[in-house]
Amino acid sequence: MSRFSQLGNDLYSGKRSIDVIGRRRWFYVVSLVLLGLSLVGLLGQGLNFGIEFRGGTELRVSQVQDMDDYESRAQEVVQAPADGGTTAVTRIGDDTVRVQTGEMTSPEAEALRGELADEFGVPVGAVTSSLVGPSWGDSVTNRALIALGVFLLLVTVVLTLYFHTWKMAAAALVALLHDVVFTVGVYALLGIEVSPASVIGFLTILGYSIYDTIVVFDKVKENTDHAMDTRRWTYGEAANLAVNQTFVRSINTSVVALLPVAVILVVGLTIIGPGTLVDLAWALFIGIAVGTYSSVFVATPLLVDLRRGELDLRKHDAAVRKRRQRSQDRAARGTDPVAQTGGQPEPAVVGAPADQTGAAAPPVEQAPAPSATAGRQLHPYAQRGPRNQPRRKKRRS
Amino acid sequence: MRGPLRTLTTLLVLTLLLFAGIGAAHLWGTPKAPLAPQLGLDLAGGRQVVLAPLTEDGASIDADQLDQAIDIIRRRVDATGTSEAEVTRLGQNISVAIPGDPSPDQLEALSRSSQMAFRPVLLAEPVFAPGEEPQVPRELPLPDDRLAEQAELMQPPPAPQDVEEPAEDEPAGDEASSTEENRGGTALPAATDEADATGQPGTDGDGATQEPATEEPAPPVANPSDLAQVTPEIQQAFAETTCEDPDLADRAAVAPAAQPLVVCNTEGTEKYVLGPVELSGGNLTDATAGPEQAQGGAVTGRWEVVLTFDDEGGDAFADVTTRLMGYPQNSAQNRFAMVLDGEVISAPTVNSVISAGIATITGDFTVEEAETLANQLRFGALPVSFDVQTSEQISPTLGGEQLRWGLIAGAVGLALVFLYMLLQYHALGLVAIGSLLLAAVIAYGAVTLQGWAINFRLTMAGVTGLIVAIGVTADSFIVYFERVRDEVRSGRPLRYAVDTGWERARRTIIISDLVNLIAAGVLYYLSEAGVKAFAFTLGLTTIIDLVVVMMFTHPLVSILANTKFFGEGRRWSGMEPERLGAKRSAYLGRGQFREPEPEVLAPGRRRHTREELEGGVV
Repeated sequence: MSRFSQLGNDLYSGKRSIDVIGRRRWFYVVSLVLLGLSLVGLLGQGLNFGIEFRGGTELRVSQVQDMDDYESRAQEVVQAPADGGTTAVTRIGDDTVRVQTGEMTSPEAEALRGELADEFGVPVGAVTSSLVGPSWGDSVTNRALIALGVFLLLVTVVLTLYFHTWKMAAAALVALLHDVVFTVGVYALLGIEVSPASVIGFLTILGYSIYDTIVVFDKVKENTDHAMDTRRWTYGEAANLAVNQTFVRSINTSVVALLPVAVILVVGLTIIGPGTLVDLAWALFIGIAVGTYSSVFVATPLLVDLRRGELDLRKHDAAVRKRRQRSQDRAARGTDPVAQTGGQPEPAVVGAPADQTGAAAPPVEQAPAPSATAGRQLHPYAQRGPRNQPRRKKRRS
Repeated sequence: MRGPLRTLTTLLVLTLLLFAGIGAAHLWGTPKAPLAPQLGLDLAGGRQVVLAPLTEDGASIDADQLDQAIDIIRRRVDATGTSEAEVTRLGQNISVAIPGDPSPDQLEALSRSSQMAFRPVLLAEPVFAPGEEPQVPRELPLPDDRLAEQAELMQPPPAPQDVEEPAEDEPAGDEASSTEENRGGTALPAATDEADATGQPGTDGDGATQEPATEEPAPPVANPSDLAQVTPEIQQAFAETTCEDPDLADRAAVAPAAQPLVVCNTEGTEKYVLGPVELSGGNLTDATAGPEQAQGGAVTGRWEVVLTFDDEGGDAFADVTTRLMGYPQNSAQNRFAMVLDGEVISAPTVNSVISAGIATITGDFTVEEAETLANQLRFGALPVSFDVQTSEQISPTLGGEQLRWGLIAGAVGLALVFLYMLLQYHALGLVAIGSLLLAAVIAYGAVTLQGWAINFRLTMAGVTGLIVAIGVTADSFIVYFERVRDEVRSGRPLRYAVDTGWERARRTIIISDLVNLIAAGVLYYLSEAGVKAFAFTLGLTTIIDLVVVMMFTHPLVSILANTKFFGEGRRWSGMEPERLGAKRSAYLGRGQFREPEPEVLAPGRRRHTREELEGGVV
């Protein structure tokens, strides 16, 4: 535990740092592979839609005397002919069992009628079969899609206004798409049946994904704005530091969100057996994990890449590098041999500026230190009193 | 100190009010409110009703019409709240599964007949969502059709049937051309017309008929378009209607045919006062959607809907259009409305006398919109009523097992979350646990109350949604605590760290929750069935998250920050500066400084020079 808080400290100060931006190609490849797999599943295997979407067969067994255990008994009978689809068994009134299952040909349905009649000890005539249409019809899907379109549009506008750049909105939407496609792809690959409940699960993931991305982006914006003001870090470095500083938050949040879902999944797999609950838990578990991953490892690098070409940023990055070069040169020319050798070569740059945050931030809060007077040994902190601070521009936020 | 305490008290009062509301609804409400959340169809079962569509003349209805009927039934069911009823086709019948035990009234409303009626428009006024009123210049010096185009741009969001434009003459057949155009349906003319339309009854119509209106139940009217029918009561009802009342369509659907009527269109973007029924849907023999053709037979790329009337209907329609042509082209009275199931599906203007029994509605339709309208019209042409065949109690599709284990799993998960919070944040974790518990209590109360108020029912998906909400709610605290920690790490004393950290965290929390609220709002208003219920849950949990973090967590933390235990960052308070690696380089006075963590320096690296730290001497 104390290790963990130490990690948080180090990530914050930049002593330890995960080079997300630098290794972004690697993460892109991982995501592309995942997406490729999902698409193979989606296009190759297709989604296995449940009876609610496709319609199916409904069988009714009436005049049942012995209703004990009707659910599992009916399930057992139906399990054989129906191919992997979920079967819903419902009790209607006092003595009727309703079985809803996937589509089947009429000979199959006839055979099933006989078997059900046998199982429940009623004449075959008491079992009726009929076709049912989808309860989640096309009109429901269409309206949901329209609503989603409107939502994405609105979110793009709101995020563009909030973050002052459409690129953040675009990166967030890509991450969102990434998460949803991946989760749906897993459904297709594993052949999990898509029920209305799983659609709700997908929507939950959608909400979570965009939420998580915004939280990370808010920190990115704060850090990059600061970097633009102080000219200490390039855009990429500031974004990387932001991701690192929110890393503990990302871990904590995903653990907290995943814990209950994981417990449901475990309970579902071991005790309840397959059903709505397990399907939902799978969708949520995968979605939340991927959602957290994509905010950090997909959305942020993408944002940096998107903004790379901007003239302002290029100028800014060049200015930062030039300035850094200058200070390095000066250090090299200086008296201290240690600085010469152990200074800051270019690769260490990502870690280095953060070191300065830790060191540079405190003076802001400090009580005004007595100004340096000759002949007296002063603490370095006092030397760096307000008067010697680099000129500070207005700080937003 | 006073601020946070007051906020906490307010929250306490609000929570108590919520539960007092439930208690009151339980004691005195009709029907009595239950004290636990209502459960959905999959968890609690309900009633399954099989409805057989019946036509008056015994004709069978085809698959398209059956789908239409299902859509209509689904809309009727959704109008009664977010109960997630299941509407399916069962052979040639429609099966409706409603959670709980619906009252006979509800069943009656479901199975009532749906007959389309043609009524003349007396008054029309666009309805805008608050804050959406377009800035429409009163007059534009443009030719009429340009004006219509202009108006179309300012049209409130989708009202496809109403966005109709002038069209060429009906090319099919050599008969007298029979074309309608709808210009009045657009925002601008309607807005300007409305001014003089309401002005008229105020000056001549209203003033003249007010006396007889109060004396006689039915004022003598010259014709069905006479504005004298707009009595003060109707005018008031018209003014008050915002198209958001879900019962409006229900009431309109059972309104007497001979009386004027206040209704909205399907999209809820325009409201009308309509005259008595002049033609019933039964007079319509067919409605088809097809590409619009110009005079020479060339396809214009737009879509139109062609209505065919029977002989009787054709004659009646000729009379109606002759009369409507007497009104100015842009006035509301020049329009007639097609009302289906208590909603206006289209209200075009008339631009010629239609005597041949064939009319076309043209406009900026997409293929789907034109087909939808044609389908609706065709369906409306069949006076379908629904016969309740069976009505039986059904058991939940998910066994009680699933819910019980789901809840147990949720509880275990929550306990693990608490444990994790304590591990991560020590004493501060207790604040997070308290906040989560409070959020859970409020959520329970809100779901219970909504179950009574709008028939909100928890399904399995809803329950898991609530469990996921634990994560999002806890995230607000995590964001907040981490921000405060960040501030402590940069050396701020806790008391100030809380305030600065909160300022930054608050922004993050608000924007991310705002996006969730947008999602909830859009999905709630634009979608149906299960998605709607999801949107409701999402919105509810997001609001609860905001309320708890703003009104409970932050005030509590700022109170605690002033205590010795937290304020000085004692051991296990969760905010120990040493553990957070804060550089306690506080100025201790008299030129003494506490040396900040010398061990941090990496071996081989000396302390930075001033130049290095400041980026060089300028």
